[in-house]
Amino acid sequence: MRGTRADPAPYTGSVTTYLDHAATSPVRPEVAEVYAAELTRLGNPSSLHTAGRDARRRLEEAREQLAAAVGAEPAEVLFTSGGTEADNLAVKGAYWARHGTDPALSAVAVSAVEHHAVLEAAEWLGEHEGAAVRLLRVTGDGRLDLNHLDETLARGDVAVVSVMWANNETGALQPIHDVVTRADAAGVPVHTDAVQAVGKVPVHFARSGVGALTLTGHKLGAPVGTGALVARRDYPLAAVEHGGRQERGVRSGTLNLAGAHALALAVELAVAEQEAEAVRLAQLRDRLLAGVTAAVPDARVTGPAGAHRLPGLAHVTVAEADADALLLGLDMAGIAASSGSACQAGVQQPSHVLLAMGYDEESARSALRFSLGRTTTAADVDALVAALPAVVDGARKAYATHRPRTTEGVA
Amino acid sequence: MRVLAALSGGVDSAVAAARAVEAGHDVVGVHMALSRSRAQHRNGSRGCCSIEDASDARRAADVLGIPYYVWDLSEEFEDTVVADFLSEYEAGRTPNPCVRCNEHIKFSALLDRGLALGFDAVCTGHYARIVDVPGTDGQHRRELHRAADTAKDQSYVLAVMGPERLGRSLFPLGDAPSKDAVRAEAAERGLSVSAKPDSYDICFVADGDTRGFLRDRLGSRPGEIVDTDGAVLGEHDGAYAFTVGQRKGLGLTRPAPDGTPRYVLEVRPEQGQVVVGPSQLLSVDELTADQAIWLADDVTAEEWIDVEVQIRAHGDPVAASVRRRREGGAETVEARLATPLRGIAPGQSLVVYRGTRVLGQATIAEAHRGAALPA
Repeated sequence: MRGTRADPAPYTGSVTTYLDHAATSPVRPEVAEVYAAELTRLGNPSSLHTAGRDARRRLEEAREQLAAAVGAEPAEVLFTSGGTEADNLAVKGAYWARHGTDPALSAVAVSAVEHHAVLEAAEWLGEHEGAAVRLLRVTGDGRLDLNHLDETLARGDVAVVSVMWANNETGALQPIHDVVTRADAAGVPVHTDAVQAVGKVPVHFARSGVGALTLTGHKLGAPVGTGALVARRDYPLAAVEHGGRQERGVRSGTLNLAGAHALALAVELAVAEQEAEAVRLAQLRDRLLAGVTAAVPDARVTGPAGAHRLPGLAHVTVAEADADALLLGLDMAGIAASSGSACQAGVQQPSHVLLAMGYDEESARSALRFSLGRTTTAADVDALVAALPAVVDGARKAYATHRPRTTEGVA
Repeated sequence: MRVLAALSGGVDSAVAAARAVEAGHDVVGVHMALSRSRAQHRNGSRGCCSIEDASDARRAADVLGIPYYVWDLSEEFEDTVVADFLSEYEAGRTPNPCVRCNEHIKFSALLDRGLALGFDAVCTGHYARIVDVPGTDGQHRRELHRAADTAKDQSYVLAVMGPERLGRSLFPLGDAPSKDAVRAEAAERGLSVSAKPDSYDICFVADGDTRGFLRDRLGSRPGEIVDTDGAVLGEHDGAYAFTVGQRKGLGLTRPAPDGTPRYVLEVRPEQGQVVVGPSQLLSVDELTADQAIWLADDVTAEEWIDVEVQIRAHGDPVAASVRRRREGGAETVEARLATPLRGIAPGQSLVVYRGTRVLGQATIAEAHRGAALPA
């Protein structure tokens, strides 16, 4: 029947301004080329014949390339399908491995502002495995409360600590070095979700001292479906998925060779450009924040000031406006942005990150995140700043219709 | 016009949106999330409360090539439609949640939010017609009429929106000849919801179990079932679960002395009593309805006028005369029926028609019977 209907013009939303690189970012052309080329090659890296050996060689080359880019040993790189899988492996795998050897290690400690891939994994352990889930508090600027970490570690029952390198909503950089120092003293392994950090700020696995680190491809120019858990050989890991015992026996499944190559190249390029890109993006972000706060004087910038934040990420709350109305208005103006927080079935949820930082629920529903990336220009920032006042005006009028509710007739 | 198309995930709203696009409007699709607990979404495809419905709405927007958003109106829905549903049953009346949803959600919360965001009108898949009649002063008078397909007509639940909101509404299916024709049109347009079953139940009540829903939300409130002389015939778990005119589910073990069936005649929540009796006591011919909303500026009805009235969503209109009364800020409609009707439940809408045109509506407060019940 479809063939018979008149073809409507597909809605493309005329996105001219993409300010949502923290959600996903464009694949780099050279990465797409490597990916496409690898797709035409035959061979399962686990096979013993020539084609398999050849595939294995290429896989190990990708592993070495990725390891070198993030300051790790090749044997420490476990390829995954992305950040969520790596986070689940790091949290559940470490909990099971440690709790299995010492039942007294019955808690997982994760920051209250983690991505859902860590939070939900921890909460699942709480609900189904009887683990105690200790949410580590953050301060008003979204950085970890180290005193609370000390108190938590002092209980002596923590199997694993997971604290993200950079927060995906506010861009706050966490004091990973301080976390590692404290956890090391307590003999507790540390995982960090560095999905938003790799390629954006300097990340050196070995020097960071963490036991395991999550990275994903699609935030830095590789396709979705590529990622890795970089894990020291002494980071305790039990398998989460069972099967052919690939990847040190903890991540079964035939390896995504094209994805591994794409990931390795994208990480290499992003890391090589990181320093210059950070300067450029920080300037654009400051231009954006100056423009936004000038256009909407009561917009409130969240997260830490200065050096303790991602260069390409700006996050503001807009009083008396709902994120969904703001995002609709921006979308209609051809600007792609985000609230930064999760949505369920298309409904914006109040940000758990802002709630953990002490914001009230109204504010946690009013956040806008602008995340800049490799393709962002000053023209993008200026387009946003030009469009924003009218968008905020409309969203505030919409907000006024339901809080407090009006029962008057339509004007 | 910039039009906000409410997409429930059903076939009607999808075709209505398609027609609005075709008419040249700038259309944006919005699915209203009305259920507070997303985890307790109902299974299957009915109403507008399931994950499948949201997904169907999205796919319809994709096919039409329009933007699509989900708006969370669950708070407003709970505070108005669900709260009204519970308090009305609690007060012994029989609410119509679809009327309240049109009053508080579709043509209020949704429309107001849309207007604030720069839209001009809301488009829904309701079966009703809006007719612009040229007036003598060059101005158009906007009238609400029954749908061309009287079997599908939904003007009964729309009268509540009031005259101003009528000017901000589009019902592109008003002239559709039948539901089958709408389904055929959906199929022709490549809309995958074309064969989706109709929804009949109350969207927020799982499995159509209104009694179970009320018991969960209002708790058990045991009381007596009595006859018109006050004799106790049985017991119940909560008077709120009974509706005037109800015959089934009374749980009475002894038949009436004359063997005729017994019906609920009255619900007295403050005494916890449900009064039952023979069907002839259900007949009424005088009604008083409050919270009146009048659509027809040109028909004042300050004196008695001859009209037709409809007193339930799927009921035939009957000849009647009505009069509007205004006292203080309150406006009521009185109605005298040409022929008595049975089982008129307080809380239902009384909608006043002249031919196909809707003149106004009010909520039934009292129904007067030929034989008064003992207090």
